[in-house]
Amino acid sequence: MEGTAVSSIRCDVAIVGSGAGGGTVAAALAPLVAVGKRVLVLERGPRFLEADFTGRELDMAPALYADEGGFLTADGTMTLAFARAYGGSTVVYTGTSLIAPRRVIEQWAVPGLEYADLERRSRKYMEENGVHLLAPELVNENNQLFAAGAAAAGFHAEQFPLNLRGCRGSSLCNLGCPNAAKQGTNRVQLPRAERMGVEVVTRALVTRLGERRLHVTVSARPAGGKGADPEWEPGEYEIEAETIVLAGGVLGTTPLLLGSGLPGLPRRIGAGFTCHPAHILVAEQPRAITNDVGHPKSFFVDRAAAEGYVLETCMYFPFITAKNLTGFGAGHSTFMQAFPRLQMILVLACDKAVPDNRITMDRKGRPVVHYRFTDQVIESMVRATRASARIFFAAGALRVHAPSADPPLLEAAEAGRIDQRIDARHFRTGTISISAAHLMGGCAMGRDAASSVTDNRGLVHGRSWLRVADASLFPDSLEINPYLTIMALADRVAEGVLQDMAR
Amino acid sequence: MASLPTRSPWPAFRALAQCFIPETARATDSQWRALESAVATALAVRPAWLRRQILLFVRLIDLTARARHRTGFARLDAARGTALLEGLAASRVLLFRRGVWGLRTLVMMGWYTDPAVIAALGYRASAAGWKARR
Repeated sequence: MEGTAVSSIRCDVAIVGSGAGGGTVAAALAPLVAVGKRVLVLERGPRFLEADFTGRELDMAPALYADEGGFLTADGTMTLAFARAYGGSTVVYTGTSLIAPRRVIEQWAVPGLEYADLERRSRKYMEENGVHLLAPELVNENNQLFAAGAAAAGFHAEQFPLNLRGCRGSSLCNLGCPNAAKQGTNRVQLPRAERMGVEVVTRALVTRLGERRLHVTVSARPAGGKGADPEWEPGEYEIEAETIVLAGGVLGTTPLLLGSGLPGLPRRIGAGFTCHPAHILVAEQPRAITNDVGHPKSFFVDRAAAEGYVLETCMYFPFITAKNLTGFGAGHSTFMQAFPRLQMILVLACDKAVPDNRITMDRKGRPVVHYRFTDQVIESMVRATRASARIFFAAGALRVHAPSADPPLLEAAEAGRIDQRIDARHFRTGTISISAAHLMGGCAMGRDAASSVTDNRGLVHGRSWLRVADASLFPDSLEINPYLTIMALADRVAEGVLQDMAR
Repeated sequence: MASLPTRSPWPAFRALAQCFIPETARATDSQWRALESAVATALAVRPAWLRRQILLFVRLIDLTARARHRTGFARLDAARGTALLEGLAASRVLLFRRGVWGLRTLVMMGWYTDPAVIAALGYRASAAGWKARR
C-alpha cells in the first residue's frame, strides 16, 4: 500500500468474522474488557439497518451474499451460498438449531473433544437463543404436507427446534428476517458483546495475516448501498494483537491462512472441504397451499446414518425456484405458473471429506473450491430424491419434478416406478442446480500438524497466538445443520483464549 | 440502471431469453430494461474470467446458429432456437451444459425477480406474514 497512510492499532484479541463462530467468541470474551483488555471484531460485511431488510430477492441477494449467493466451485457445477454481514451467515439461515449427532462427533475422533461437552455447550446456546418448537398453528401447509406425506410413506419426520422470538411468518428468513425474529449472533451475542465494550468494526476486510498482525482495509459505504457506515474511518489499518481468532467462515479463514505466507503452518490447510451438496425438489399439489407464508423450514427427515441424506422442508423465492427446476422453455414456465400449488423439499447429501475436495488459492489470491461429486454423494442424492418423490405423492401431489429423472417430471400414475425413473445415470452435472450453504472443513481439528490444522480448541498447531473458531474446524461433514455446533466449538475456543490469558 | 453492451453478441440476448422463458415475448420495454439491467449488474460483480466465458458462450451459440441455419441466433424462430439450446444443454461437453445453465440462470434471475412477474405467479410473501393472510 505504497503512498497510503496506514493506521496502527493494538489490541489484546482480534476476532476476524462475526457469524456463529466470531459472534460467539466475541460475547464469551467480552468480560475481558472490564479488566482492561481490548477486544476487536473485524467483519467484512456491513451492519444492516432494520429498514434494509426488504424481502426483495433482487435487493437482498447482492447485499447479503458473496457473489449474490452464486459463488461457483472450480468446475462451475455447484454454487456456494454464504453471507457477509454483521452476524455473518446467521443473518440468512433459517434458525434451525440441532445438536450434533453423537455418532458424527465420535467418528471425528478428535482427541480431547467429547460429545457430552459439545452437547452441554449447544444446550447453553439453545437456551440463550430462545430455541423452541413452532406452535402447530404457525406451521404452514408446505410443512404439514411434508409431515403427513412422510408418515404415510413410512419416514420419521421430526420438527426442527428454531431460534425465533416473535416470528410473524414472513417466510423470508434467507433474505434476512424483516421482523428481527431470528436470533442470530447479530441479535444476541454481538449486541451483548458491544454493550460490554467489545468493538465491532464492519466493512473491515482483513487482507493479510502476519505474525500476530492483521492488515485491514476499511471501506466506505457505497453510494446508495445498504447498511450503516463503518465504525472506523475508511482506510488501511495494521492491527497488532496478542491473540488472533479466525472466524470468517470456511471461505474466509482458510484463504487467509493459505495466503499468509507464515512459515511452518500445518500442511493440511485447505483439505477436507465438505458442504452437504443440496438441491430443491418441487411438486405440484392439486390445490393452492400456504407455502409463501410461515416459517419455511419446520420439519426434517434424518436418514444420514442409514442412507447418507437429510430431507428438509423449504420454500424458496421465485428465482431460486426457477433456477432449481431443470431445463427451460414452455414446460419450465408451466411449472412456475403453478407456484401457489408448489410443495418443496430440500435434499442434502452427507458428503465425506475426500482428497479431491479442497480449497486452494488462485494467482490473484482468491479462494478456489475444488469439488468432485463422488459416487457416494450421487447415490445419496438419488436415494434422497426417491424418498422425496414418495413423500410428495403420499401427500397427494399430482406431479413431481426430479432433476435426476429423464424426463424430470413424474406424474402421479408413475408413483410405482420411482426407482426406475429416478436413477444415478440421469444425474448430470451442469444441468442440475446444486448448491450448498453448509460449508465445512479446511482447518480440521485433530491430533497433530501432520494430520490436522488445529487442536480441539481451535489452536493452530505451532502458533500459540492463533486460533480458528468456525466451521473450518470440522474434520468431516456434520450431517446436520451446523450453526449450533459452530457456536459450541467457538465457546471452547474462547475458553482456550481465557485460559491462555490466565496463565 | 446498468445495461448490457450493444455490440455483438448481446443483440441475441432477447432471443435467448425468449427461448428460456417464452413469456418474455410479451415483456414490456420497461420489463426488458429491468431484466437486462439485472443481468448486467450481476455480470459486473462476477470475476472477469466468468464474464469472458459467458460472452464467448453467447458467441458460440450465434456461430452454431449460423453454421446450422445460415443465420444468427437472433433471427431464428423460437422452435429452432430452443432446439439448438436444448442440444447444447444435453451435450457430452460439460462446458456447453454449464454455459446453457449459466445463461438460463441469468435470464431467470432477471425475470423472476420482477415484482410484476412474481405477483402474477401468485407469490405473496411479505414482512406481515400470517397477519396479511388471516
